[in-house]
This record gives sequence, C-alpha cells and structure tokens, in this order.
Amino acid sequence: MTRDSIEQILTAELATIAPDIDMKDVDRSQDLREEFDIDSIDFLNLVTALAKRFGLEMPEADYPQMDTFDHLCDYLVAKTG
Amino acid sequence: MSAFLMPSLGADMEAGTLVEQLISPGTDVHRGDIIAVVETQKGAIEIEVFEDGRLENWLVQIGEKVPVGTPLAMIRAQGEPETPQPQDPVPKPPPPEAPPRPEPLPQPPGPELPPPELPQPDQPFPELRARASPAARRLAARTGIDLSTISARADGTIRYADVQARPRQSGMPDMRAAIAAAMARSKREIPHYYLSHQSDLSALEGFVARTNAGRAPEDRLVPAALYVKAVARALRDYPEFNGTYTEDAFAPSDAVHVGLAINLRGKGLVAPALFDTGEKDLDTLMSDMRDLIARTRAGRFKARELSDATITLTSLGDRGVDGLFGVIYPPQVAIVGIGTPRTAPWIADGAVVARPVTTLTLAADHRVSDGHRGALFLRAIDTHLQRPDTI
Repeated sequence: MTRDSIEQILTAELATIAPDIDMKDVDRSQDLREEFDIDSIDFLNLVTALAKRFGLEMPEADYPQMDTFDHLCDYLVAKTG
Repeated sequence: MSAFLMPSLGADMEAGTLVEQLISPGTDVHRGDIIAVVETQKGAIEIEVFEDGRLENWLVQIGEKVPVGTPLAMIRAQGEPETPQPQDPVPKPPPPEAPPRPEPLPQPPGPELPPPELPQPDQPFPELRARASPAARRLAARTGIDLSTISARADGTIRYADVQARPRQSGMPDMRAAIAAAMARSKREIPHYYLSHQSDLSALEGFVARTNAGRAPEDRLVPAALYVKAVARALRDYPEFNGTYTEDAFAPSDAVHVGLAINLRGKGLVAPALFDTGEKDLDTLMSDMRDLIARTRAGRFKARELSDATITLTSLGDRGVDGLFGVIYPPQVAIVGIGTPRTAPWIADGAVVARPVTTLTLAADHRVSDGHRGALFLRAIDTHLQRPDTI
C-alpha cells in the first residue's frame, strides 16, 4: 500500500473521530492528540479502527511511535510494507 | 391501561418536544425498548418504556412541546383485556408477525387503527435518495440544513439525531443554557465543600500496561475505567455520597450509577450515567463506557442515562492540568475529579522517586456530609486505585 493511500485512510478515520478539525489547520509534525483534540478513548478508537483496517496488532508499547500524524503514517507504512 | 409520560430528564427540565414516535400503535413493547425521541435543551434523547405491553395509541403529536408528566401514549399491560370492541362473530385473525426491522419507521400520528401500510410522508415523492423521518425534515427546515448533504444510515433513513448532529452556525446555545441553569442552581442551593488528595498512579498504570499487552485494541482498558470502578467501590462504604437531595432530605441510592462527564468537542458537556457501575467487571465497564461516549457524542443517549446518575466523575484525561474542583450536578450530592497524571517527585520508602501522580478531588454537599467523611471517602478511592488487580 502506498503512503498516499495510507494517509488518506488515516485522514478519513481522524475525520470520523474529530469531524470539527480541518486537516489544513493540522501540523502533522506536532502531537496528534493536541492537533485533533482527542482524548484517550478517541485515540483507542482510532487505533482500533486502524488495526482492523490494516490487520495489525498496534500494541500499546508502540504508542510512542504514533505520537504525530507523520509518525503514525511512518509506522503504518513500515508495518504494512 | 397506563399512560406513558413525558419524563423529567433532570432538575432543570420543565418541558420536552416529542420528535420521533418509534413504535406504531398496536405494536408490542418490552421494558427497556426505546419507543420515542424527545428533544430537550440537552439534545435528542431516546425514551425507554418501563413495562411490557402493547402501545395502544399516541396522545401527543410529533413536534408538540408538552410539560413534564404529560401522557405521551397509552400502553396496555400484558394480559389486560382489550378495550371493548363491537361484537364480531368471526374471530379476528392474529395480527401478522411483524418482520424484523433494524429501525422501526417513525409514523406520523394518524387514525387509531394502524393502517395496513405505512402512510406516505408529507411529500408524495421525496427525492429518491434517503428517506428522512418527519422530525428530521422538520428540524432540517427549521435550521436551514439541506437534507441531501446528510448521509443516510445503513437502512436508508435519515433521523432527527442525524440532522441534529450537523453543526449549526449558531453553535449550541440550548446546551449552554442547560449547563447554565443546572450549575447556577447548584451554586445557589448546594453548600459545597472541597477536598483534594495526591495519588500515586504507578500501580494503576502498571496494571493497565500489563493487561493491555497482547490484547487487541478493542479489548484494551484505559485508566478511566479504573477510576469509575474505584469510585463505585469506595461508595459501598460511604453511601452518603451516592444519591440525591430533594425536598430538604437526602435519599441515598442502593445502586451506583456513576455519571461520566463527557466533553462534546466544544459544544458543551453532559454527564450521562454508567448503570450499576459497582457490579460490573472492568471489561464490561470499559465497553459500556466506549459505547456511552460514542452515543453521547452522536447525540443519542437514553433518558434514564441523563436523569438517574447518583454521583458524577469528571476526569481531565491526558491533556489537562493537575486537578479540578467540580460543581455538583443537582440533585446529586457529590462530584469526584481526577486530574491529569504527570511525573512528579514522590517519597517512597524514604527516598525521592519519580512517579506518575495525579490530584483526586471531591466536591460534596455539606447538607449531607462533612469534610471528615469526605476525606475518608476520597482516601478510600485512592486505596482502591493502589490495588487495581482486586478492584
């Protein structure tokens, strides 16, 4: 799967959780939870959706690698590659 | 025959608008079924029926605003004889088995007897796209929302809550007004006292990490589930913080229904109840909590969830500050606050160590309890948080 399509899927999942946030206003290198104003349950819902979508485990121990939009993309690219 | 009344969904509610009738006259209903949607200041709320029986007829039309306590529908209990009918020598055939439907179609108020087919909606041939319920169409018209911009549910319908979920330009002044009314009443009537206590969360965080390792995301816990459980456990020994204060007297509640303060992404705050919190294991609580938060943010909570909480828990999560002092939601008598954990110096076994620490707070009603008991209650919550495996 290309990085572009992974980004699209991630963007779509985030739009479900944080419909009021415009991607244009998001700094992809900054803290994901801050940028999208999401709490721990929102984040868990995001991970749940992505794990299902990509068939990944996404263990809690890997959460530090998912701290920004860009890092989460990197992570998904690496794991699905 | 009994009347199904417009429920009171909180001390600040005087009237509600019936916006959906989810059950057609003549349909069997069971305790717990959602039969109507009522619009209040807090949003569209699903209303459950409290008995088994058959819905005879609706007494209030869709769109009508009526005071709390007004009969909305008549329900005939099981076994109760039918209302006398003209004699008919031929026994009536049993009503056809209703085919299972994922979502009952709302029906405009009509004749007493159910017509064989659902009447057409107001417009003879609405767009071939999604079918919107009458309440959804009315709300869309009132708020200037184009229905074609709303995506339908899996069954092809658009419901009131779908229109309501669409952000309006005006924001949600109704929600703000509801919060203002409840909080002003709280500060006017309830003599609050406040306590705070530092808590070391390393045992809890370790337990959550160990539990979640190897679990699929949908089965993982978040610390909030343990906070809820710890409060419920502590209430067993401190019942004076669990219940309601009405008419100059405290009514303790046997059941613990912890109201969870849920932030609605800039649109306000509601604190619907997690029922029977004390009796559920952590995994059940966790899935109930995820479900409650999702439904609340979608504007779909049940009437009982809004009116029956016996205490409130408010947690700042990962991105807040050290602590918060809550305002009690009347007629409850206590609110527990959990601050944002942060790594801080802590003394353990005579040495300074770095630990994840948070501030637990209690705001309680001085008409019902005193600071001494409040302190013991808050410490009991902390004690349960130190033993997460037996919580």
